[in-house]
Amino acid sequence: MRRNSKEFIRGIKAGLPIGAGYFPIAVAYGALAMEAGLGIRDASLMSLIVFAGASQFMAAGMFIAGAGGLQIIATTFFVNLRHLIMSLSVHHKLEPTGLGLRALVSFGVTDETFAFLTLQTEGETSKINPYFTIGLNTAAYVGWNLGTLLGCFSAQIIPAEISTAMTFGLYALFIGLLMPSVRRSRVAVVVAGASMILNTLFCLVLDTGWAMVLATIAGAAIGTAVSEGEA
Amino acid sequence: MKPILIILGMMLVTYTPRLLPGLLMERFHPPAWFEKWLKNIPYAALGALIVPGIFAGETWLIGLVSGAVAVILSLLRVHIVLVMAGAVLAAYGVQVLF
Repeated sequence: MRRNSKEFIRGIKAGLPIGAGYFPIAVAYGALAMEAGLGIRDASLMSLIVFAGASQFMAAGMFIAGAGGLQIIATTFFVNLRHLIMSLSVHHKLEPTGLGLRALVSFGVTDETFAFLTLQTEGETSKINPYFTIGLNTAAYVGWNLGTLLGCFSAQIIPAEISTAMTFGLYALFIGLLMPSVRRSRVAVVVAGASMILNTLFCLVLDTGWAMVLATIAGAAIGTAVSEGEA
Repeated sequence: MKPILIILGMMLVTYTPRLLPGLLMERFHPPAWFEKWLKNIPYAALGALIVPGIFAGETWLIGLVSGAVAVILSLLRVHIVLVMAGAVLAAYGVQVLF
């Protein structure tokens, strides 16, 4: 018991940089979600129960674009499906533990907590304590949700002329998320470029939401085919 | 569909893939192509979210200018929140000028 609470606190400390990193991004999410027409309740509920940054911004973007519910859910599904693989490696490194704790650890799997848990402990043969993992996830979770609340409230004091320009902050976020990968990998360039072209074409015949879903699936598949050819 | 239902749906489709490995443990080994495809999905989704939506404002010029500002600031490795702020200011500037 003593050991578990110690591990939990050690996890929180290790997770503070992640939570601090999430905070300003969550402020931006909160403000944009309000701009997308979600109230404080729905905007913060999304951070509380979905807890997946990129997909939350995408959902806000799709709300603004007027996409339907099923389309938003479908995009969220495909975008967050990568957490399946991440969760797999996290659980692989985890000390054997009960179902409840495993379910809790699973909830906190994000790109950043995954990267920390698998990269920081790379080469170490010892397994990770589940309480440490939950502490780490908690720090990230608290940072994300506090930021969301602040963003929701700050949205109300942003002047109207700026707030129409704020949707461009959303595009800037998407560009900012994409650029590091585009610099690093040719596949990312092909994938993003292909889905931009496909989405533009699909938009001519389909409504915005389904065009995005299809362009996402097909764009990713084109990139996979290209990288298969290289290997 | 009500936003709250959409959000509940988002939770369902986000938590299920996170949870499955915890339940199935070692009994699940996805093929390599599937992992590659999954890795590529965020790039594709981002691409589809940027284009053509960014050009759909009052005039495509706003998207072009603020998008260019975002690209340049990201290339300079500026913090993401500042990239966003720069793009919003650029968009606001174009709105005021034109």
